[in-house]
Amino acid sequence: MAVSIKNNGQKIWQLRDRNNQILRWFFLFIAVAIIMYCWQKISSQTEWFFVWDAPRIAGDIGSRALPPRWSYIDQLWEPLWDTINIATLGTLLSLFFAVPVAFLAARNTTPHPVFCRWPALLIIVSSRSINSLIWALLLVAIIGPGIFAGTIAIALRSIGFCAKLLYEAIEEIDEKQVEAITATGASRWQVMAYAIVPQIMPSFAGITVFRWDINIRESTVLGLVGAGGIGLQMQSSLNVLAWPQVTLILLIVFIAVIISEMVSAKVRAAII
Amino acid sequence: MSAVLASERRKWRKPPFIRNPLARWGLIVFALVYLVLAIGTMEVNWARVYEGLERGKQFILAFSHPDFASRWSDISAGMIESIIMTITSTAAGIIISIPIGLGAARNIAPLPVYYLCRGIIAVSRALHEIIVAILLVAIFGFGPLAGFLTLSFATIGFLAKLLAEDIESTDRSQSEAVKATGASWLQWINYGIQPQVMPRLIGLSMYRLDINFRESAILGLVGAGGIGATLNTAFDRYEFDTAAAIIVIIIVVVMALEYLSGMIRARLQ
Repeated sequence: MAVSIKNNGQKIWQLRDRNNQILRWFFLFIAVAIIMYCWQKISSQTEWFFVWDAPRIAGDIGSRALPPRWSYIDQLWEPLWDTINIATLGTLLSLFFAVPVAFLAARNTTPHPVFCRWPALLIIVSSRSINSLIWALLLVAIIGPGIFAGTIAIALRSIGFCAKLLYEAIEEIDEKQVEAITATGASRWQVMAYAIVPQIMPSFAGITVFRWDINIRESTVLGLVGAGGIGLQMQSSLNVLAWPQVTLILLIVFIAVIISEMVSAKVRAAII
Repeated sequence: MSAVLASERRKWRKPPFIRNPLARWGLIVFALVYLVLAIGTMEVNWARVYEGLERGKQFILAFSHPDFASRWSDISAGMIESIIMTITSTAAGIIISIPIGLGAARNIAPLPVYYLCRGIIAVSRALHEIIVAILLVAIFGFGPLAGFLTLSFATIGFLAKLLAEDIESTDRSQSEAVKATGASWLQWINYGIQPQVMPRLIGLSMYRLDINFRESAILGLVGAGGIGATLNTAFDRYEFDTAAAIIVIIIVVVMALEYLSGMIRARLQ
């Protein structure tokens, strides 16, 4: 807390003293300079003519896109079912790998703090860094287009997410329960089953449902690279500029995502 | 417990995770039926998968010798574009999210404003970045501007929602004390609310910077600038060593950003 004194001797309260203030302005100045430089780069690569024309284009697309072609919905049920399957099966598949990785990565359960923990952390960070769309792109190149590639892509992306949250939950467990079970002469696996698993079960269920909800959203676009789901329909509608169909698909995606988010929030509220 | 003690021959068993037996068995049956149906509708061309395993092996092997050199000009240009888009869109996203976050907090916004801001957040969260990017590329043309707008829009849904939830859980007494001094609305927000949410806002912004970078890597697939276009081309040509190089760079940048944000968050607390 700093006080500055005016010429007439009146004291004025200030949040920060002078040096602190100058330092803050300096950092702000650098940040603004960097952002402005980046903006200039973007601006130089933009055809501003198109941008000034954008409101007209947006209005044009809007007038073509409305009203949605409701009859097209008959062809959307199957892709929607596929989309939900990709998300659900992908989440389930990822858990088979995420759980062991999480136990290897957690400081209190890892068999070895270097040789087991570091590879596990590497798996987590590489799975998390790569977007599921990139995984899908890769898998479509490797195992061919289809729902299977989409499911694996979702699973690969989810491993890192689930394992990270799960290993943080494992590290936060109450050690007293572990000690109590160990004191009864339980083996390593019994300690796991009776002391650790019951403690992390609620967060495990919460993480799973949370990731499932995210995966529904992600699996709606996997079709754009050929990995199945409702994105395929969107891509083909976009290719022929069938905007009324695109509107309907977007509407369905929106509703599906909102419903899955509501389900996920309900389940998580019931668990905690 | 007394029932267990009464009949001592009964063995103790772990209490089930879901107590209500009807709900438990119902859920199990539902899950099994769903699994059978879902796996039944999944068509897998195993011959194609088997063929692909060879390419998969090549891809994994490519990580042992990632090729940074032969397409370096494309990689570096794409990477710089990704980073530029990340920085500008995070900055713009934060600036826009703050008023929307304020509007979406039930304890400071009137009801119509609350619903409007919550609506904006819901739309931004429900639509995947790629979908927004497709629409914006159609409207604004190819290039990083569309990517910048997409990421800014996506940032609003994330940051404004979490900021609003944070504001809703702030301590009432502090903001009331500021209000009682006769502060104006702006002063009330600035001295009553802002100090309480600032550390978390900075932490979330850093986290969003990290997310925006990861997302910027895919926007190139639909022509919205960034490294994605280069990556897509590399996959299409089966140049797995170049693709491996790009993925390695992405992982390293994400790790660096995570380390940086961890450091900043540790300093704030």
